[in-house]
Amino acid sequence: MSRSLKKGPFVNFKLFRKVQLQDEAGTKEPIKTWARACTIVPEFVGHTFLVHNGKIHVKVFVTEDMVGHKLGEFAPTRIFRGHGGKGKR
Amino acid sequence: MPRLLGVDIPNDKPTHISLRYLYGVGDKIARDLCHKAGIDPLRKARDLADDELSRLAALLERDYVVEGPLRRQVAQNVNRLRDIRCYRGIRHRLGLPVRGQRTRTNARTRKGPKKTVAGKKGVKDLR
Repeated sequence: MSRSLKKGPFVNFKLFRKVQLQDEAGTKEPIKTWARACTIVPEFVGHTFLVHNGKIHVKVFVTEDMVGHKLGEFAPTRIFRGHGGKGKR
Repeated sequence: MPRLLGVDIPNDKPTHISLRYLYGVGDKIARDLCHKAGIDPLRKARDLADDELSRLAALLERDYVVEGPLRRQVAQNVNRLRDIRCYRGIRHRLGLPVRGQRTRTNARTRKGPKKTVAGKKGVKDLR
């Protein structure tokens, strides 16, 4: 079920403020964040985030198409290296 | 057999049933179409007159996205997810379920026919 419209999208406020500060300063430094649940809003476009995946921070460059998705969707938490394989072990 | 929107040839079932043979038309849209075009939904599709068919076609073109354009729309949505490298896009690329279903068992629609692996649970039972 989708989120109530009354509430609006969930945006991590601290992260949003950091983006705004960067916009004012005109810099585009990657922002380290753990806020995987934060929705990507139009203001984020063009910024780079380092989204935590539980182990490392994954570099995510936000494009226009990503608006409306969550940051966590772009930093996979599981790595699948394939099953078995002959003579590999 | 009547033709609607080029290729599709619904057969001699009631009109509201045979309209569903179009991609993107289900029971709801089929019934709405009959109503809007002023056609008795229970009349057999083979009895439809040419002007009734053209009325249905005009309505479909104007108010609904069906067949080719709908297929294209769906493909575009999937490709967008693929291109932005988000979780759902990755699942589409891997051919695995996209909406969080289990994959330990089942998920055969997405994964295709079974590939048996020796030594895995249940292999003894197969013999």
